[in-house]
Amino acid sequence: MSDIKYILGSFGDPDEMMHGIEKLQENNISIYDVYTPMPIHGIEAKLGIKRSRIDIAAFCFGITGTCCAFALIYFCAVIDWRVNIGGKPSFALPDFVPIMFELTVLFCAFGMVLTYYASTHLFPGRAPRVMDLRATDDRFVIAVDAKDNAEHTVIDGLLKDAGALEVKYNERKYVSYE
Amino acid sequence: MGTHNINFSEQFEFTGKVKTLSIVGIILGVAAIAYGFFAGDKVMHERTFANLLLMAYYFACVCMSGTFFLAVQYVAQAGWSASILRVPQAMAKTLPIAAVILIVVISAGLYSHNLYHHWHADGLTVEGSPNYDAIIAGKSVFLNVPFFLGRQVVFLGIYSIFSILFVKYSYNEDLAGGLNSYRKSFKNACIFLVIYGFTTPVFAFDTIMSLEAHWFSTMFGWYNFAAMWVSSLATIAVIIILLRRAGYMQWVNNSHLHNLGQFIFGFSIFWTYVWFAQFLLIYYANMPEETVYFYKRFEYYKFWFFLNLAMNFLAPVLLLMDRDNKRTDVKLLFVSIVVLLGHWVDYYQMIMPGTVEAHNGFGIIEIGTALGFVGLFTFTVLTALSKKPLIAKNHPLLQESLHHQL
Repeated sequence: MSDIKYILGSFGDPDEMMHGIEKLQENNISIYDVYTPMPIHGIEAKLGIKRSRIDIAAFCFGITGTCCAFALIYFCAVIDWRVNIGGKPSFALPDFVPIMFELTVLFCAFGMVLTYYASTHLFPGRAPRVMDLRATDDRFVIAVDAKDNAEHTVIDGLLKDAGALEVKYNERKYVSYE
Repeated sequence: MGTHNINFSEQFEFTGKVKTLSIVGIILGVAAIAYGFFAGDKVMHERTFANLLLMAYYFACVCMSGTFFLAVQYVAQAGWSASILRVPQAMAKTLPIAAVILIVVISAGLYSHNLYHHWHADGLTVEGSPNYDAIIAGKSVFLNVPFFLGRQVVFLGIYSIFSILFVKYSYNEDLAGGLNSYRKSFKNACIFLVIYGFTTPVFAFDTIMSLEAHWFSTMFGWYNFAAMWVSSLATIAVIIILLRRAGYMQWVNNSHLHNLGQFIFGFSIFWTYVWFAQFLLIYYANMPEETVYFYKRFEYYKFWFFLNLAMNFLAPVLLLMDRDNKRTDVKLLFVSIVVLLGHWVDYYQMIMPGTVEAHNGFGIIEIGTALGFVGLFTFTVLTALSKKPLIAKNHPLLQESLHHQL
């Protein structure tokens, strides 16, 4: 058994790469992931990637912010230190709304940034996970798990037929950990 | 779907059931208005006028926001909307008719003392007269009949001229192609947006806020702008979805609906933001000359007041938050209709407390007038739409729109 973990097909052109994905899928070779230096329309549908759930996360962060703001103002203005402002009741809901709104936005924005960093391993201090450094520059890379797909020569041939400029056999998953 | 089988000369045919129904609507509207004028007493006349003003204002606002939509797309050089521009163009083309109706309603209401009697009555501004009102007299430099009507004519005239220009450039583009028409549209859109931005608040102050001339709010202009803009977006969405269901405009895909849904969602929140900004400041400062506005609405219109918030804020926020709901035509259609009805309620509780006060009602006159104007809108806009192909085939960004994907 070889030590090869991933086979990377490196393309110079996004259309050729899309063609390569089709070729591999036609031959029932599972694709681990695809790395591109720019967003490509329709690639998620082609690879069958599930929709991001960041919207659900955003809603949860937002509602947490709303509740925190409400709790804070309620504690300050109603329980702890009642102040008579223009004869209004202490629990005057319209006054609460702007701060509740602002904290909703704040929690939501920070929460989404943190979620994004956590899920993409871009958190400060972490080494980034990159399988092929040129995928961050000018190459479109298809990664195939070498352990799951045994016929390496077939994969090599398919990728080259589709127009891959280079096929790499990596023994490590991420080349960026130095 | 592919773009190779699009019929670039596809034209809408305005016939059959839709045409009959819109004419029936107009007839019902005329009957309801006639009933209001001939069967009722003085209060009934005022109520009829208030309803006429409501619907004429709604009609004009939806049409002029159609022009605003066009201008925004040109200035932003937006590509996604290139294939649906004929719908707002049809609305823009209807604006002159809507403008004339609004000016007729306003003048008739003004001179018959049914509308605007808070600042237009004998002796209000004459010192020593028993009717003398110092506040109104102080405002009379701005709120006097010639200047008021002059502003209405000038504003609506300017909007109408730009509407006609945008439509004309687009039709020229169909014939000649090239970038000339697009460049002209861009230039005129820049000019139009500046004029529109500065004049719509004044237009709203005049038409609606001056019904209660003692009260004022600087937020009122933007509050009305938000209402007219979101109702116009909802109208565009309704027209496009219904056309698509009738077999036209098959090039409109879910991503176009998604964009319209985002617009409706976003501007419903913007509307709420402005509404609330106005409410909160008045609530917080608690000054009698300002709180009188909300006092009246709380005293006689509590149901409408909360219904307004539920329909224009809660419904779009809860129903359009989800991505799939924006992309599903039935759901977007439903929310658009709720928002359109909601802004009727919005205008209702802006106008009625300043005109009929506690004698408001909801009956034949309200429903009939609304049906009449909906019929009129359908008839005029669909007639305008049926005159030219449904796609601006030489729009420079058309391909981007046909391949639009979110």
